[in-house]
Amino acid sequence: MPDTTAPVPGTAALAAGTAAPVLEVTGLRKEFGELVAVDEVSFRVPASRSLAIVGESGSGKTTIARMIVGLERPTGGAISACGEDRSRPARSARDRRRRGRQVQIVFQDPYTSLDPRHTALDTIDEVLRLHHGWPADRRRARITELTGLVGLDERQSRALPRALSGGQRQRVAIARALAAEPQLLILDESVAALDVSIQAQVLNLLADIRDETGVSYVLISHDLAVVRQLADETIVLRNGQVVEHGPTGQVLDDPRHPYTQRLRASVPAPGWTPSRRLAAGAASAEPPPGTELPSAAAPAGADQEDSPRE
Amino acid sequence: MSHGTGGENTAGPLLEVAGLTVRLAVRGVRRAVLRDVGLTVRPGEALGLVGESGSGKSMTARAIDRLLPRGAEVTGTIRFGGRDIGALGGAELRGYRSHVAMIFQDPRAHVNPVRRIGDFMTEALRTNLGVTGAEAQRRATDMLAQVGVGGGPARLRQYPHELSGGMLQRVMIAAALLTEPQLLLADEPTTALDVTTQAEVVAILAELRRDFGLAMVFITHDLELAAAICDRTAVMYAGQIVEVAASARLHDDPLHPYTAALAAARPDITATRPRLRAIPGRPLSAFEAPPAECAFAPRCAHARDECRAAVPDLVTLDGGLSRCARAAELRGRLGEEADADA
Amino acid sequence: MTASALVPVEPARRRLGLLRETGPAGLISAAVIAAATVVAVFGPLLAPDDPDLPNLSLAFVGPITGHLLGFDFQGRDLLSRLLAGGQSSMLGPLAVVILAMVTGSVLAVTAAWRRGATDAVISSGLDILFAFPGILLAVLATTVFGAGLPAASAALAVAYMPYVARVLRGAALKERSQPYVAALEVQGASAASICLRHLLPNMAPIIVAQATIMFGYAMVDLAAISFLGLGVQPPAPNWGVMISENQAGILQGYPLPALAAGACIVAVVIAFNVLGERLFERAQAARG
Repeated sequence: MPDTTAPVPGTAALAAGTAAPVLEVTGLRKEFGELVAVDEVSFRVPASRSLAIVGESGSGKTTIARMIVGLERPTGGAISACGEDRSRPARSARDRRRRGRQVQIVFQDPYTSLDPRHTALDTIDEVLRLHHGWPADRRRARITELTGLVGLDERQSRALPRALSGGQRQRVAIARALAAEPQLLILDESVAALDVSIQAQVLNLLADIRDETGVSYVLISHDLAVVRQLADETIVLRNGQVVEHGPTGQVLDDPRHPYTQRLRASVPAPGWTPSRRLAAGAASAEPPPGTELPSAAAPAGADQEDSPRE
Repeated sequence: MSHGTGGENTAGPLLEVAGLTVRLAVRGVRRAVLRDVGLTVRPGEALGLVGESGSGKSMTARAIDRLLPRGAEVTGTIRFGGRDIGALGGAELRGYRSHVAMIFQDPRAHVNPVRRIGDFMTEALRTNLGVTGAEAQRRATDMLAQVGVGGGPARLRQYPHELSGGMLQRVMIAAALLTEPQLLLADEPTTALDVTTQAEVVAILAELRRDFGLAMVFITHDLELAAAICDRTAVMYAGQIVEVAASARLHDDPLHPYTAALAAARPDITATRPRLRAIPGRPLSAFEAPPAECAFAPRCAHARDECRAAVPDLVTLDGGLSRCARAAELRGRLGEEADADA
Repeated sequence: MTASALVPVEPARRRLGLLRETGPAGLISAAVIAAATVVAVFGPLLAPDDPDLPNLSLAFVGPITGHLLGFDFQGRDLLSRLLAGGQSSMLGPLAVVILAMVTGSVLAVTAAWRRGATDAVISSGLDILFAFPGILLAVLATTVFGAGLPAASAALAVAYMPYVARVLRGAALKERSQPYVAALEVQGASAASICLRHLLPNMAPIIVAQATIMFGYAMVDLAAISFLGLGVQPPAPNWGVMISENQAGILQGYPLPALAAGACIVAVVIAFNVLGERLFERAQAARG
């Protein structure tokens, strides 16, 4: 059990009730040359609430995540987190660090999101040293709290990533993100590459962390069942635009937009019989030979369809 | 042993795997990756093969297609159409490969990027069936149309990088079917695809199976997907088959605790659960599993002393198979727990 | 729910294991390099006789008791001269490697980190430098700045640097695109700290491999420069100079002095090349 006297991020927001939203995105736009990857997307995330962004490849969901954390620069629109505007890149190192203490991210691939030469202890320690001028023993105590919070034991904390499984590595990545005590955590397909049984462990862990720290989540996912489990609200993206927005239960049980209906109908379940060309034309129309495909033209920042699992 | 879902098929099984054990050198040490794997596929039947990391599902498909890495030690038999395929060589092996086709998770890794689609599609036709030129092109174009890739002969001149992942996967399916195989081995063919594309690819496979009477082994980590599209499903854990049953029953009436736990661990798209029923620990590979006890025992809520005494045998139970020492005892109770909330 | 480790965590591998993986050829090469390093550091102390004391009456005399390799064209003890010569023969290439690797790494990492315009400018600059062959540049430098190791070494470093930078830029780009780097950027870590603490250490295998290979090439080029009389000046001992000094002996039937010096160069260069290539292969394989 984590030390309850440790600073709990998000409590200020909790105490203030639903004061300022932890994230506010207005008219967000991103163009890669001719391609419009994100087209006038707006949404907000109240404090201690979780929002899911659902979409397929080319929907723009990963691009939005990257813009929120500052890895990609918006072409237009505004992003504001914890009351501060971050539509333009941070001007100074101090600004960058401060933004790091507001919003953090956990990536999809556990095998490349950790430095292969650093143990969990090293990784978390580096983040603590970056944000705080604490002496070594205070850092060590905090590291123990964090590794305990994410369910890593002593041996795993001292191991190099190559000795850890995918699920364990994601725990390290989560601990690293939490070390900055962010109010918002972006989970970019963070459980997509995990085995089903491990995925369940990590989803439970994320729910526990949310209960204990009051952190908000923005969950990027293509897996609707995961979305149902973790998110209060959901927005559905298609080709860079929001086509549906509402409480998760409502969006999944009673989808209004045809695209959402199609997504929902594509999920395998007992008794499901897949039928061809569920929607006439639309995304199932193949471009004739010689046409430039959107996914081929987009650079590495945009969604990739062939994301490896496991 | 074949297990029916009702169809009385007087013809023998198309594919019969028995006692398959494979050892590979892992970091210099010879280790088992498959242990005593057995399965049967009847003509026209679809068998799902479900498992997590290290379960051995991909390795099983590779063994069937004789694609194991060099130095692999294989014991047991694999019979296709009654013939032992382990003994095949040269031209016979190529002939075998025209009867058994395989498609993979990442089509781009299995295709030569500098060759046009038409080239590699017609290659098998040329080498195995002696079909060349215009006839080969015609068949290729027809097959592409069947899988929903239009564009005619112009499409054949395209390169792989000009197609999206979903389209390339459809092209691979078409290429695999050109030699009119009797069995299709599909190794996670839709895992890397969007869910809507997956639905289409799966629908195409179902149609083609009906049209060509094609048998299929569909490998996936997704229990629901296998259950939805396959007649029977086999579940693997730590290099062994732990359950085989009719897909329709697998979810509601599992015969093995691992199957039940796997189904229960999945989040539910229709409701938020207060907590997911996670399985403690992590999935093991065959060589990590203790040699003389049930591989799943350390993580199993139902494990007792007898489970740690020896590796359980596969027992027949109500038309299915289960590798659980307590299978009969737990009969009927595993499904309830799978559905019960924490 | 703790993901308790049911499988023991793998112990970290030791340094020697790395060497063992390069095979017998790698081990032999490492041994040769170790011997050469000892000679380079302790050469003059190990020499049984004075390497600089001429005695023309002993010129080109073959091996006799107390003088294992005989004498050179000026009657100096050959073995002592070889041992003493190891210093300048190894020091020069070392300077070249250090200079080229440091400047190359800095440029490569800067280009890979900044990408865009910075990368374009740096890459174009490197392309221009590629046009200059090493030895020619070294000859030019010694003509302008005077004969000797410093000018020649600096010129060679300039000529080698683009090769280093090109290979390292590729490796740096690959590391830079990894999510762990992005995670650190999102934390607000500075570019310098990410490059120093994460990028460069992860490029270490390829850097070491490059440096090893380069040492061999530098040694040959510097020996050639000294052979031409533009590097180390006689009577200072140096293997390249010794080939030049003693070449007359080959025609006169006393090949040992020149060949012995040549053999030293060849042995060390091959050792560095072999080990370097093995390390390079391993670095590539490890990155997958």
